[in-house]
Amino acid sequence: MAEGRIHSTESFGSVDGPGVRFVIFVQGCSLRCRYCHNPDTWDAQGGEWKTADELLDTAERYRSYWGSEGGITVSGGEPLLQIDFLLELFRKARLRGIHTCVDTAGQPFTRKEPFFSAFRELCDVTDLFMVDIKHIDEAAHVRLTGKTNRNILDMLRYLSDIGKPVWIRHVLVPGITDDDDALRHTADFIRTLGNVEKVEVLPYHSFGAYKWDTLGIPYSLNGVEPPTKERVENAQRILGTERIGLE
Amino acid sequence: MSQFEIAWRGFKGRVWRDDVNVRDFIQANYTPYEGDEGFLAGPTEATNKLWGRLQELQKEERAKGGVLECETEVVSSLTAYGPGYIDESMKELEKVVGLQTDKPLKRAFMPYGGIKMAEQAAATYGYTVNPELVKIFTDYHKTHNQAVFDAYTPEMKRARHSHIITGLPDTYGRGRIVGDYRRVALYGIDFLIREKENDLSHCGGRNMIDKFIRLREEIAEQIRALKNMKKMAEIYGFDISGPATNAQEAVQWLYFGYLAAIKTQNGAAMSVGRISTFLDIYIQRDLGEGKLTESEAQELIDHLVMKFRMVKFARIPSYNALFSGDPVWATLEMAGIGMDGRPLVTKNDFRFLHTLENMGPSPEPNLTVLYSSRLPENFKKYAAKISIDTSSIQYENDCVMRPVWGDDYSICCCVSATQTGKEMQFFGARANLAKCLIYALNGGVDAKTREQVGPKYLPVTGDVLNYDEVIEKFDAMMDWLVELYVNILNLIHYMHDKYYYEAAEMALIDTDVRRTFATGIAGFSHVVDSLCAIKYATVKPIRDEDGLIVDYVTEGDFPRYGNDDDRADEIAVWLLKTFMNKIKGCHTYRDSEPTTSILTITSNVVYGKATGALPDGRKAFTPFAPGANPAYGAEKNGLLASLNSVAKLPYEYALDGISNTQTISPDALGHTDDERINNLWHVLDGYFDKGAHHLNVNVFGVDKLKDCMAHPEKPEYANFTIRVSGYAVKFIDLTPEQQLDVIARSAHERM
Repeated sequence: MAEGRIHSTESFGSVDGPGVRFVIFVQGCSLRCRYCHNPDTWDAQGGEWKTADELLDTAERYRSYWGSEGGITVSGGEPLLQIDFLLELFRKARLRGIHTCVDTAGQPFTRKEPFFSAFRELCDVTDLFMVDIKHIDEAAHVRLTGKTNRNILDMLRYLSDIGKPVWIRHVLVPGITDDDDALRHTADFIRTLGNVEKVEVLPYHSFGAYKWDTLGIPYSLNGVEPPTKERVENAQRILGTERIGLE
Repeated sequence: MSQFEIAWRGFKGRVWRDDVNVRDFIQANYTPYEGDEGFLAGPTEATNKLWGRLQELQKEERAKGGVLECETEVVSSLTAYGPGYIDESMKELEKVVGLQTDKPLKRAFMPYGGIKMAEQAAATYGYTVNPELVKIFTDYHKTHNQAVFDAYTPEMKRARHSHIITGLPDTYGRGRIVGDYRRVALYGIDFLIREKENDLSHCGGRNMIDKFIRLREEIAEQIRALKNMKKMAEIYGFDISGPATNAQEAVQWLYFGYLAAIKTQNGAAMSVGRISTFLDIYIQRDLGEGKLTESEAQELIDHLVMKFRMVKFARIPSYNALFSGDPVWATLEMAGIGMDGRPLVTKNDFRFLHTLENMGPSPEPNLTVLYSSRLPENFKKYAAKISIDTSSIQYENDCVMRPVWGDDYSICCCVSATQTGKEMQFFGARANLAKCLIYALNGGVDAKTREQVGPKYLPVTGDVLNYDEVIEKFDAMMDWLVELYVNILNLIHYMHDKYYYEAAEMALIDTDVRRTFATGIAGFSHVVDSLCAIKYATVKPIRDEDGLIVDYVTEGDFPRYGNDDDRADEIAVWLLKTFMNKIKGCHTYRDSEPTTSILTITSNVVYGKATGALPDGRKAFTPFAPGANPAYGAEKNGLLASLNSVAKLPYEYALDGISNTQTISPDALGHTDDERINNLWHVLDGYFDKGAHHLNVNVFGVDKLKDCMAHPEKPEYANFTIRVSGYAVKFIDLTPEQQLDVIARSAHERM
């Protein structure tokens, strides 16, 4: 029985997929996004080992709040780093009739084995992917996160090819991810996908900065203010709103 | 046609025509509504003018320290005053008339509960009561307060003084009695007088024991009150001897019934009751006959609600510290499901909620949605929207209350159910179980005053608290406290019946009334967590030079109530059941049925102030968590885990109510309005389907509270309303101490 490294859980996820959701934050991430508000989930050696059944038993205590829309979301950290565990969790969730959603940055994605087979199986038991496009430009992506975005965009193409529902999220950081050109390129890319149900613009906030301090990691965005309402609306306009790809 | 044929034209059903039976009338005649809020009308010009004037008066009231004017010359009664209006120059705009005194927001002089309190209340705001009146109610006419203190034992006074029992209604009206004010509209006063005269003629003729003597006197008082209600209405130019013939009369007649209650009683809770569905029947008939437009219907409800927003009583500072923000608990219910499975939601339920949009947020009336996941989705969404916009409504689980109280109950205080027109309550105070736990450790000595308040049992010895030993001692100390508490209430209610009888309210309740005896618990979550600490961690007591335990060193982790952790939640259930079973073992006054509540209003601050440190880490003399809420900072797994813990408390053991207040920041509820609305009603569905009883929903961030505290003068804060345990209050009306307490409570925020 596979166990996962779990950072924490949240009984009331309201912005983590459709409806009210039980959110499982896994431990470990290889991206180093400068605006990350959960740097305490980076370390792949931390967290607490938990089994899929243990987590699902806890999740089901909140079933009465889910209605017809809600369910569980695995977030992080980077869920795809523990893909075997994730697969078992979602398989078992499906057997219990629970809606499954994974909130991923896609960084571990590759079409190489053994990952790709596991990923394909994961798609069979995942109802919704929520994927961050951190930056459409590769060089800028590397500067922002420390890694390339090529395989991430490839994952989105694959999900489009198999028709798996996707919500795309973009964190808007003034001066870093909000220039109109990049947003237009992002929109162009999204328009090539046939499976995007929703695009969400998440305004940057600095509430996570204290965690960097606690962990003794220098925070490079000190002094960066959250985007103005106008800039958020501008990004929303450029990126389009719900179900842009499906019609 | 007879007056009844005219008034009851088009109404269906039979039973309610012969006997007083409003529930039967409602079931036979109401029109369920499953649509959305699209039909609602905005405020009329008259509403805007009157509400504008009232807001000016409220501003003046605040500027004068919280009281606009106090009566000093006239003893309040049904007929003590001539007519009064919001504004004499606009009186023709008022669709519903009647004030407590001759002027808006002027506080009546009500000495029957206690002359000292009445005098002191006036003095607090710079008014001197006519010495003649003081003399009359000191030398010639005994008050409830004097009678209670004549009978109190020294032990009772000690318990009262040490605040192990606080909030006893021994200086003012006990409240919590809901007259069935709908009866005035449906039947008219003369019909009701005939019914009461009939009851009187069958009361105790052959067997004149004290029970019947008392009842005969009470019925006679009720009949006198009914006759005076007619006179009160005549002062405003209305004849309410017969039934109401249209919607406007129905609203007015009903309000006169309620006005009679608030002119004669200053109870801590003066609920309006379940009037929404009832009034909708009259409005539907008028709409159908083409005699009323939707705008006029809304105007009637707006004006009625405006009157409920104006109810005031003169209070003393210690009362305000207990129940902050000038509350009267004009509680008013909507929705619920009937015994036949039909939702009781009508268009009028939307209209009442809509008053919060037409006239802005307000703490009164205490709007209460009787919730079930089977309510029409459109209504759930509208209620959720209004909650998100105004934080002014509370939710109670119809599915746990209906099996106990039927489908025509009202909420008689903050959260407590009572069958409308069939029941009354003897209520008072709360037993401070946290203090009781400390007494158990210290052998009944109050560590704050050094007084031997409780019985002189052996204190705990040893350097580490042992769970079994503590439980044994706590159990014994609770026996003492419960017995004393019930005895105090027995005594208070005996005297209240004798010296401050609620004739006007009881006149609108069946003579053969069922009585409940409602007790309460304070400090609940702290006792649970403290017992958890003793059981699962190592608690070392710190003793002072006299050997009294004054603090603790708690080592190790322990489960806490509020995390959906069965280890802690089982102790919570045990505590409630143990307390309630002890109450059941006591004799309760006038054959009443005992109940209890986990509900504190804002008194959690006062109770906490009188209570030393606890093993759960709560510091000495700091506020308790309110009601059944988990302790501050104890919730580690988010909102739903906290709700699950509270939902485990069995309502059957706390029929007086289990109050839970939660504050959610808008961002934590969803990104868009639609998401927030949908998430909120799903939370309500989930919580109440688990069998929970009550939820106050606040939607705002802590930033807003802090800003409001720093800048109370900003116009947007004039009516900024928040829900606290069991009621709603304007944030600016709380004491600074209570404001800080509200801010300190964990808001559910997420990033």
